[in-house]
Order: sequence, then structure tokens, then C-alpha cells
Amino acid sequence: MKLKNLLIAAIRSLAKNKMRTFLTMLGIIIGVGSVIAMIAIGQGSKKSIQAQISTLGTNVMMIWPQASSTGGVRMEAGTSQKMTLEDVKIISERCPAVAAITPQVRSSGQLVAGNMNWRTSVYGVYPEYFEIRNLKLVSGSVFTMNDDRSAAKVCVVGQTVVNNLFGEDSDPIGRFIRINKIPFKIIGIIESKGQNAFGQDQDDIVIAPFSTVQKRMLAITHIQSMLASAKTEALIPTASQEITEVLKAKHQLGPSEDPDFTIRTQTDIAKMATSTSGIMTILLATIAGISLIVGGIGIMNIMLVSVTERTREIGIRMSVGARGRDVLLQFLIEALMISLLGGIIGIVFGILVSQLIAMILMWPVTITADSILMSFLFSSAIGIFFGWYPARKAAQLNPIDALRYE
Amino acid sequence: MGDVDVHALRGVNISIQQGDFVAIMGKSGSGKSTFMNILGCLDVPTRGKYMLDGVDVGALSKDQLANLRNLKIGFVFQSFNLLSRTSALENVELPLMYNRKITSREMRSRAIQALESVGLETRAHHMPNQLSGGEQQRVAIARSLVNNPVVILADEPTGNLDTRTSLEVMEVFQELNRRGITVVIVTHESDIAAFTKRNITFRDGKIIKEIEVNKPRNAREELSLIPVTVEEDEL
Ligand SMILES: Nc1ncnc2c1ncn2[C@@H]1O[C@H](COP(=O)(O)OP(=O)(O)OP(=O)(O)O)[C@@H](O)[C@H]1O
Ligand SMILES: [Mg+2]
Repeated sequence: MKLKNLLIAAIRSLAKNKMRTFLTMLGIIIGVGSVIAMIAIGQGSKKSIQAQISTLGTNVMMIWPQASSTGGVRMEAGTSQKMTLEDVKIISERCPAVAAITPQVRSSGQLVAGNMNWRTSVYGVYPEYFEIRNLKLVSGSVFTMNDDRSAAKVCVVGQTVVNNLFGEDSDPIGRFIRINKIPFKIIGIIESKGQNAFGQDQDDIVIAPFSTVQKRMLAITHIQSMLASAKTEALIPTASQEITEVLKAKHQLGPSEDPDFTIRTQTDIAKMATSTSGIMTILLATIAGISLIVGGIGIMNIMLVSVTERTREIGIRMSVGARGRDVLLQFLIEALMISLLGGIIGIVFGILVSQLIAMILMWPVTITADSILMSFLFSSAIGIFFGWYPARKAAQLNPIDALRYE
Repeated sequence: MGDVDVHALRGVNISIQQGDFVAIMGKSGSGKSTFMNILGCLDVPTRGKYMLDGVDVGALSKDQLANLRNLKIGFVFQSFNLLSRTSALENVELPLMYNRKITSREMRSRAIQALESVGLETRAHHMPNQLSGGEQQRVAIARSLVNNPVVILADEPTGNLDTRTSLEVMEVFQELNRRGITVVIVTHESDIAAFTKRNITFRDGKIIKEIEVNKPRNAREELSLIPVTVEEDEL
């Protein structure tokens, strides 16, 4: 039988049982639809996490001291006092892969402006910090190294701080706030960055010159951590290597000894954050895939019923010259049509559901061509796989027995 | 199931020439249908030889048998065996679907031609359940002749029909036979057998009687004598 005739015959017999065909298809529609939607959600969250991680800055590396184990007792990370401004200086001089570096100290601060008050973190850094973290100002300007040398009482604030102390849409440049009772002049406002990958508000921040926070607020002589950036993304591992060597030499640690500091790069953080969402995607897709297989079993079930029901029809077809393979193809094509049509409707359904989720739940979704192609191929494979057995059963019927079937 | 061997046919030796018109008679269970199924390549004999149009059918594969059924044999059943919810025209086209040498346009025109030769061209788009028994059987006959077979085999084609419609069906067979197609029918009624050229009687799987019909009845003439009563078709 010619392919065209086969297709016509399949469409006719599916059209004879519209309700049944639709219900059988429903399994595939739901299966494919959920595969598409689940992958869209998974991919969407992965993408948004990646986008958020890029707000950390460009090619960022964090270096913080770690209590070395040589003393016998490990101390809490960050409590070590071994890191100094000397370290910052030597890294900026001897590590060619490092583009910029800044020391970092952090203090919690009670902020007061007029009758409003707010509690947040105050960071003490070099002006390079803004370059490393890719922070832009909406108004005002960044402090300079001169401000740092003089431990000037100036600061740059985030949008959340402005909103809570001065109200939205205000421009408090040049106004004073008290941080832990010390008056600071606001000289810049940072462009809003929103939440980071871990749900923290990145706009809830005050940034002041390093020396100001270190000396005036914390009264310490060491630095708590360093933030550096590599020249290019490809140079991140090199930069990390250079910093390790330079710092170990500076801290008089042999090559075989453990470093007394930890370096975490942006790549590490991105990997950490996306691996969880990757596992989630796989899990969701597996569940959706199982429902697709259940849909396939539905096809097989209906095709088996159909073969039994249509035994006489098969007999008639064989009596006028249908060969086993004609009958096989006819039933296989019917199964394939159910699954393919179900697959196409399922893809549309999945896209609609994804868009609905994006609209109503405000979840980020990304529909990829891969997932569409994959579910299309998968659903046709299911049609062939689950249609094969019933079709073969039909093809192996003996014409005379099939004609006698009541 | 089949623990007991049933010898439905034994020692049957018969030759049917081209252009012949044969009626197979005999009591119920005498092996007529079994014989027809073998002639129609729907069944194969456990022992013995069947030559059709110079081909030894016993030596053929399943696919070759299917081809033979498609191209050389037209089968008409007592219970019509039309595909339900499929129009008369599409039912007639069915054998052509499995004939790969035929284009779709040729398919349509040949099916319409076949329907014309049984006088049903006006019913082409009716479904089987919209047709009378006689009309359904004529559709089945149109289907059997659409591929220009060498032989048409009909197992009790008038078994479910009244006298008038039986005559109509016999008229079609006589006309086909006049055009040179070999026709073999099974019937219980000697009235019907009288329309054919040769009658063969079976009993217990054996041929017990074989007679030439001296002067076959003419279905067309007899039909024209019967006054047309209520047309059952117009329901
Ligand atoms: N599939 C089968 N299995 C076993 N025995 C069968 C089978 N088909 C037919 N028979 C037997 O073979 C014998 C001949 O049957 P067949 O159908 O050829 O009779 P028939 O002459 O056509 O009868 P009828 O006039 O009632 O149609 C019967 O005894 C029947 O019981
Ligand atoms: Mg019989």
C-alpha cells in the first residue's frame, strides 16, 4: 500500500473514533506538555541564577584568611588576623593576571538620618571595589584614594538605604547620616542591582573608604578579606594560581603546606548555584518523562483493543490483498499519528503552560528548541515502540480466522 | 481447540475452465466453504495441490498469496463483509489500495466503473448501513471485480437476500460471466444454481454429483417479468 493511502486510511480510522483518539492522545499531550513546561522552568531558573551571579561583578575572586591547621586548633574562618594591607600591595605588584584588587572590612552599622534609622552593613574598600563589582552610580561620585588616606567620613549608599532613610525618589547627595554616631557625608548613590543568587538585597549597603571603616569604626589593623578581579574570564585560574603562590611565599609557607587563606572565584560560585538547579531540572524532566511513558502505555492499550475490535476489518483487508506488512504499517501509522499529533498539541500546551507560569507565578521560564525537538522525537519514538506490538499482532492474523472472528 | 482432526475435504479433484459459471451445492457442513476458501487462497489445503492460472498455490509465501488474492481473485461473502462507516465507493476502492500499480485517479475511475456495472453509481457515497442487503451485496460484487480478477468466488451470495434481490445479484453474475469472467458460487437453492452453467454437489467433503445445466435461466428476462413492487431502497 502506498504511503499516501496508508495515511488516508489511518486518518479515517482515527476520525471514526474521535473521542477515543483524543483521550488516548491526552496521555501524550500531558506528558509532552509537562516535559516542555518542566524543562522551561528548570532552564529559566538556571538562567536567572546565572544572570544574578554575573551581578557579583566581572571575573571576581574573593580571598579571605583561613585559620591554618598548623596551630593545632582551627579557628573560625575570617577571624584570622594574618591578612594585611601588605598582602594587597604585593598581589597588585606581582600578579599580572589580576586586574584590580581591594582590601575589604565590614562592620555593622546603625544608620540615623533625622528621625529615621536603619541597620545595615558598612563596607570599607578601595575605589577599585566599584570597578571589580561593576557597581555604577546613579548620582554623585566615588570616593578617592585621598579620602582613604585621610580616613574621610564620606560614603556611597545603596538604594534600599536611601529609601529607608530619606524616602523613595529622593536625592540625598551631600546630606549627612550618622553611622554608629559618626557623621558621614553621602557622596554617591549606587545603581540598583536587586537580589543576588542567594536572595540577599544587594542594594542594602553602605560603602566607605577602607581606612575609615577599619580605623574609625572597627579599630583594627588587619583586613578581613580581599576582592580581586582577573583580567579576563580565561585568566581566572591563572590569577588564582598567582595569588596563591605570592601569598604563600609572603606568609612563609612551603609549597607543600596548606595555604592560610581561601580563594573562591566567580566560576566556583556559579557552579555551586547552577548545580542545584540542574539536579532540579533532571528530577522534574524525569517525572514528566515517566508520564510520557504512561501515555505510551495508554496508546498500546487502545491499539490492542482496536486490533481485537477490528479483527474482521483486518480479515476483509487481507481477503482483498493486504499483506501482513500493509496491516502492520496501517496500525503502526495510527499509533504514530496519535503520538505525533499528541506531541504537537503537547508542545503547544507546554509552551502555553510555561507562559502562564511565567505570568502568574512570575517564575523565569526559558523554552529551548532542544526541549521541543526532544519531546517531538521522544513522542514519535513512543508511538513506534508502543504501537509495534499491537500492529504485529494484527499483521500475524490468519485471513480466514480473522474473517470468522465474531 | 483442534484436537480432533476434521477432514472437511478429501479426494476432491476438479478443474474449472476459464469462462465457466459453477454452482457448488450440498448440505450444511459438507465442505463447500472450505473448498471456496481454498479456491480463494484464504486457506491452504493440508495436503493436495491447487493450481490457479498456472500457478501452484501451495508453494507460495503469505505475501504472494496476498498478491494473488489482490490481482486474480474476487471474493464475495454471504455476510457482505463491507467496511462499516466507509462509503460504497471507498469499499470498492479497497482492493486497489493494495495494488501498487494503480494511481489514485485511476483508482477513483475504476471504482466508479465497477459501481456502474452493478448499477449503484448513484449510491457511491452511501455508507453500508444506508444500503439495503441487495445493494450491499452488489457493492461487495463491485469490490470483487474492481481489480479485473480471473475468477470471482461467491460463498452463498444470495443467502441473506429475498427472491427479487437474489435475481438482481444473479443478473450481475451472469453479466460478468458473459464478459468472460469465471464465476464460482456456493448456494443451497437449486433455483439459484439453475442460473449457472455447471452444478457440483458435495457431501462429507467429497464430490458426489457433477452436472451440466442444459438451459440456464436468464436473470434479466425473469426480472423484467416481475412487477416492480415497493422499492425497499427508498426507505
Ligand atoms: N476452523 C475449523 N476448524 C475445525 N473444523 C472446521 C473448521 N471450519 C469448518 N470446519 C468443519 O469442516 C466441515 C465443512 O465445513 P464448511 O464450512 O466447509 O461447510 P459448508 O458446506 O460451507 O456448510 P454451510 O452450508 O453450513 O456453510 C464442517 O464439518 C465443519 O464443522
Ligand atoms: Mg459455508
